[in-house]
Parts: sequence; C-alpha cells; structure tokens
Amino acid sequence: MDFNLTEEQRAIKKAAREFSEKELTPELAVEFDQREEFPFELYKKAAKLGFTSMRFPEKYGGQGYGVLEDCLVTEEMCRVDPGLGVAVMLGTLMFPDGLLMFGTEEQKQRYIPPLCTGEKICAAAFSEPAHGSDITRMDTTAKKHGAEWILSGNKEFITNAPVADFFCVLCQTDTEVSPSHKGESLFAVEKGTPGLEVTKLQGKMGIKPCVTGSLALSDAAIPEANLIGELNKGFYYALDLFNGTRIAVAAEAVGMAQGAFERALRYSKERKQFGSPIIQFQGVSFKLAEMAIKIETARLITYKAAWLYDQGKMDPMTTAMAKAYASKVAMDVTDQAIQIHGGYGYLAEYHVERFHRCAKITEIYEGTTEIQKLTISRYLLKRILA
Amino acid sequence: MDIIVCVKHVPETAEADVAIAEDGKSIKTTELVYDINEWDDYAAEEAVLLRDKLGGSVTAITVGSEEADSTLRKCLARGADRAIRLTDEAFEGSDSYVTAKILSKVIKNLPFDLILTGAQASDDGCAQVGVVLAELLGIPHATMVKKLEPKDGIVKVNQELEGGLEEIMELKLPAMLAIQTGINEPRYISIMGIRKAMKKELKVLGLKDIGLTEEEVGESGSWIIVEKMFVPSVEKEAEILTGGVDEIATKITETLKTRGLI
Repeated sequence: MDFNLTEEQRAIKKAAREFSEKELTPELAVEFDQREEFPFELYKKAAKLGFTSMRFPEKYGGQGYGVLEDCLVTEEMCRVDPGLGVAVMLGTLMFPDGLLMFGTEEQKQRYIPPLCTGEKICAAAFSEPAHGSDITRMDTTAKKHGAEWILSGNKEFITNAPVADFFCVLCQTDTEVSPSHKGESLFAVEKGTPGLEVTKLQGKMGIKPCVTGSLALSDAAIPEANLIGELNKGFYYALDLFNGTRIAVAAEAVGMAQGAFERALRYSKERKQFGSPIIQFQGVSFKLAEMAIKIETARLITYKAAWLYDQGKMDPMTTAMAKAYASKVAMDVTDQAIQIHGGYGYLAEYHVERFHRCAKITEIYEGTTEIQKLTISRYLLKRILA
Repeated sequence: MDIIVCVKHVPETAEADVAIAEDGKSIKTTELVYDINEWDDYAAEEAVLLRDKLGGSVTAITVGSEEADSTLRKCLARGADRAIRLTDEAFEGSDSYVTAKILSKVIKNLPFDLILTGAQASDDGCAQVGVVLAELLGIPHATMVKKLEPKDGIVKVNQELEGGLEEIMELKLPAMLAIQTGINEPRYISIMGIRKAMKKELKVLGLKDIGLTEEEVGESGSWIIVEKMFVPSVEKEAEILTGGVDEIATKITETLKTRGLI
C-alpha cells in the first residue's frame, strides 16, 4: 500500500496550484461572484494548459490521465476559489465522458477535440422541473421521424446551459415500457438547433460563475446519428456517468474545505485578542485540529474512490461515501472558518463566506447527500443479504 | 545554440515560519515546501526562449538530493531537453566554490555556448556559484542580467546596476550569465509539458562520475564554513515625528538625506 502521489501527480498538483494562485485572484473571484457570468477567458487559458481535459485520451486532444489526476486539479482550483474553480473544471462536464464510454468514433472526433482546446463548452441535461434526483422517468420525449429524432420537453438546473455549445440530453424514447427507466435514451444536441431555447437561472447561493439554466425543447429535430450508444440504455448510461462526476464533486468539496481552512489558519495566527494570537486559545486551535482531521479523511476517501475508478474497479458505494462525506466536510469546515474569522468572516471581503455559500452545492448536485446515503444503504443491505 | 542552465531546489520561505535547526548552523526544513529557486525559473525560461528562437538544446543541471528531481522536471516541463542531477553524500556541506567546482567538472565535457544561472538563490542569497563557475571554466561572465541577445559569437547583455542604472556590454561566447528576475515572464507549466517531461532524460551522476575526491568536495573542500546561524534581535528604536504635515514632510526628507537614501 502506498499513500504517496507519484512524482508526475505531484507535478500536476503543483502546476494546477501555481496557475490557480496567479489566475483565480480574489478580485476576479468577487467580480464573477457578483456578475454571475461564466469566466470564458479563464476557461480558455486553463484549457490551453491542459487542465480541463485531464481525463480524456490524447487521441482526442486530451491529456490521457485518469479521474485521480482530474481530482488533483479540481481540488487545487477550488482551494483558491470555489466559484471560478468549479466553473473552469465543469466546462467539459460529462458529455465527453458519455461519448468515450458509449459514443461512436464519429461522435468522439466531432465533439471531444474542441472541448479539450477550450473553444467549446458542454452540458448534461438530465434534470427536469418534475424530476431532479429521480431520473427513472423523463417527461422530455424523443420520437423518431424519418431520419431524425424530434425532442420535446423541459430540462431544469442544467449546469453550463446558457453558455454550452453541446448538450447531452436524456429523453424518454419508449413511453409505454415498464419500468419507465428502460425506455430512456441519451442524445447529442448542438446549440442553435431550431426548437431549442435556453434560459439563464439567476440568484444562485454560490458557484455563481458556473452558470446554470433551463432548456425548452419544442419539436427540436436532430439527426438520427446523434443517439449516443444504444436505444433505451440512457438511464444506465446516466448512472455510470454520475459515478465519475460524483468523485469530481467530492474533489471540489475537499478543495473548498482546504481553501477555507488555510484562510482560517492564517487569520488565527494574525488576529490577536486578549494579548495573544487567537490560535493560542484552545477554543480556536481545537476547531482547526478538527477541521484538519475532516479534510484529511475526506481527501483520502476521495482519492480512494478516484483510484478505484481508474483501476477499472469503480465502486458506487465508495464513490457515494466520498461525495456524501466530503460535501459534509466542506459545509462544516467553511462554516467553522467563518466562525474563526468572527464578524469579519461574515463580510465578502474576507472571502470565507463565499466558500461557505459555494460549499452547499456539493451536498446537492450530482445526487443529493440523501441519494448517496440511499446508494450506500442499498449496498450495505446487499452485503448483509449476501 | 546549446545552453546549460544551473538550477537549485530551495525551500519556500516567503510565507513560512523559519526556525533555526538543532545544529545552530542551518534552518529547520521539515515543514518547508521546496521548489525551483525563483531566479533560476527565469533563467530556465530564458534558456527555452533562446533555444526556441535559435535552435540547439537546453540542459538543466542541479546539485542536490533526489527531491531536487521535481525542480529538474519543472525545467523539463518548461521545455528543457534533458536534465542532470549531481548527487552524492560527499557533496553535503559544500559551499558555493565547491558547488561551482562540481558543476564545472560536468559542464566542461558538455557542448555549450551559454551557461545561465539565477542571479542568486533565495535560500542563502550568496550569488556566487555562477561567477565562480565561469572562472573555473575560464569563460567571461555577467551578473544581474536583465536582457540578452546572442549574435555571431558574442552576446550583448544589459546588466542591472545600483539606483536603476543599466550597463550594456558584449561578451564573447561561450559565456556565463546570471539572470535577474523580470527578464521574461516564466510560462505556466502545462499538463502537456509535464507529460513530455516525464519521458525526457534525467541523468544522475555521483562523485565517482565527475572525477573529484571526497576531500575536494563537501565541507572538507569548502573555503567557507558556516559557524552559526541566528535570528537577529529586533531593535526597538523609533522616532515619532510630530507637527504639521509640511513640518513632518521636511523632517522625513532631512532624515532620508542625512542617511544617504535620497
């Protein structure tokens, strides 16, 4: 057993840290947090250096690494700023992964390279107004008409929707089948498709530079060839995809916690009360110790989930544990970081309140904590029965 | 143009709490994070820029332990073609003179037109290795180089002097230049660069490979021995100026003038 990162992984972590510290400045972070806009320039810069295409094969312009290396970069970016970090790292969210697992060679060649270079952005449209965590039935339908698929329905809470060039959309292709999840399929849809309308969601609590929106599809026609993988397998594909993205969310959470922790640690050494730096008081130093324990354990389980994934031994239970635990840690640690800052922590100027606002999403998206617990408990039950 | 760039793996001390080690002659390094010396990063970038413009090769060299590989890999990721690490237990305690001697033994057998070093290292701040190295190799050198332009067997350099002055001179190649920060803007290390760096050659050489004896290196070969290292005591002497704005401004100007600062 070896807990050390390889020399190459350490170099990746360091490169990501140097880039993040210089580019994801507090000024930029505050500006984009207020503007709620996607940081195109930063995204392109990061893409040119390879940070946004870590887990895609070199053949398609990616870096040929795994989920673990992707997590290292995500963690470093979110450590410096959660909002900008998430926005940059989610520009290539899920769609390329879906194509790599289930798509045709033509689809991979068409869509993955421009995503790797940062020219394009993608989105995964699964959630619907009436179906968030429950993707066992889709109200959005796709009906075959000649050599085309006709898509109709609404998608809600779609990351990158307002800026995405490519979407993978989960639709009901068989409305008769029971159970309904056996009649879902995944499609590639491009921006500008007639009948596709995108609306931006405003007023999110955190990760504001990572823009969110909704899709309205009204008889949007796409070529037959845009079906990803096999017909009526979409539900299973979505579950497979979530197993990868959930690890990435755990890495986001670890990074956010680490960033807030470091700010609190620095502040506790500088801030004096009753004649001593506040870290000298056990009430504060024990808080910091607990934060450090939580972050380290969250990081370890996240790396383990990523490692298992890269070894081809993906374990949904470990993944769910990593996501549920790391996101809880991010909430706790960012909360305590504010507490250590006292009144100053409540001000935007001291940044930790932004970390806390951003951390909340990690308990919600890509499967809420409750969904993770459902997964864990189901596996536990299976093990008991077996 | 074949360029050799000498780099050093140093602790990052800017934001760290630095403490004196048990031996009283060094600093505690256990909690410190190491990276390439800042000045060397500019030297490595300059070497790669020159190579890209003029062709040739860049070789990064360091004297250090295995941990220094990350600094060499960084140079390789930046674009250097190959790297050499000089490692031997006997090298421990070497001063700038011995370090330069070790480097010179390897460099004299390599083809080169230019040697670049950082103007100084952020840990000991000696700023000596490059200059001694040039002397040992019998080649001209310039320090605090802010701009350089090689052409037809010579290199034209801008050297930084005190008080914002610059001196322009020409050196015959091969030459050694100690690079000042700000000469360029070191690029970010890319993931593509790291991927390539892991496949490039990193040679490790020891005492036996360079033709020096144990007595000639380490403390026994050194001319400078560190006796003691300590944190200077903080002086508590301050003069509080009083009066109107004009009065205070005049007093400040006078003080600065009498101290020769303006």
